[in-house]
Amino acid sequence: MTLAPWMHVWSAILFVAALAVAGEVLIAAGMRQLGDLDDIRAERGLGGAILAVLTNTMFVIGALCMAVNFFAMLFALSIADLSLAAPAIASLTYIGNAIAAKMFLHERVDRRRWLATVFVALGVVLLTR
Amino acid sequence: MKHALKPSQYAILIAIMLTASVGDSLLARGMAQVGAVDVHHLGLLWHALFNPYVDAGIVLLIGFFASYTTALSWADLTFVMPATAFGYVVIALMGKFWLHEQLSLYRWAGIGLIVCAVGFVAGGPSRTEHEALDRMDAGAGPL
Repeated sequence: MTLAPWMHVWSAILFVAALAVAGEVLIAAGMRQLGDLDDIRAERGLGGAILAVLTNTMFVIGALCMAVNFFAMLFALSIADLSLAAPAIASLTYIGNAIAAKMFLHERVDRRRWLATVFVALGVVLLTR
Repeated sequence: MKHALKPSQYAILIAIMLTASVGDSLLARGMAQVGAVDVHHLGLLWHALFNPYVDAGIVLLIGFFASYTTALSWADLTFVMPATAFGYVVIALMGKFWLHEQLSLYRWAGIGLIVCAVGFVAGGPSRTEHEALDRMDAGAGPL
């Protein structure tokens, strides 16, 4: 089965955005698990704080997602126009982050934060025009 | 728990806004000097490491990642998100005031929306507090 070109482009965009959301949510979950880095640094020094972050499994998997995201982004930009892919990926990432933060991190995404998410997603599209 | 941010925490949020945008701009400027990199000219990537703009960009992006990670250790993802988006506003304003680029009405509207988004979120708490999360924090805390 062959996909229409626009489906290729949009699958790439969705894939890149999904990787970014997975990466950011995992990093956020890892950091929440660790607790306030300022406190850790006060107690164990900068080296201890860096070590605590780099040995957190969720953080490491999240960072790997972001690394794969970087290369997937290069691929997406090679098959899609920058003027479409860049704002589409950024907007979808912001909206996906808010949904994932509510679902997986159980953050209280109130009306204020939903509104902020929609404004950011729209603002990013307008700014890259 | 935490509703008001400490001055050092505001500094981290401002660092997030500035390091990503200035770092990206420096990388773009450096890579424009290095030239287009493709599969047949991967050696150029090595060459890029000796470009001062690229180096400064990499340092700032490492700084961004460190600040972002720090912020997520005391704030919600949905609280930090508008701060990262503010980087787009910084890039647009740098273009206007340093490079004297003309900003279209669309881009001014985009700036307005992101500024409002930062305002909405900044007015609320930085961290969700409820039992499940408190238990998660307590159970998985380092001490």
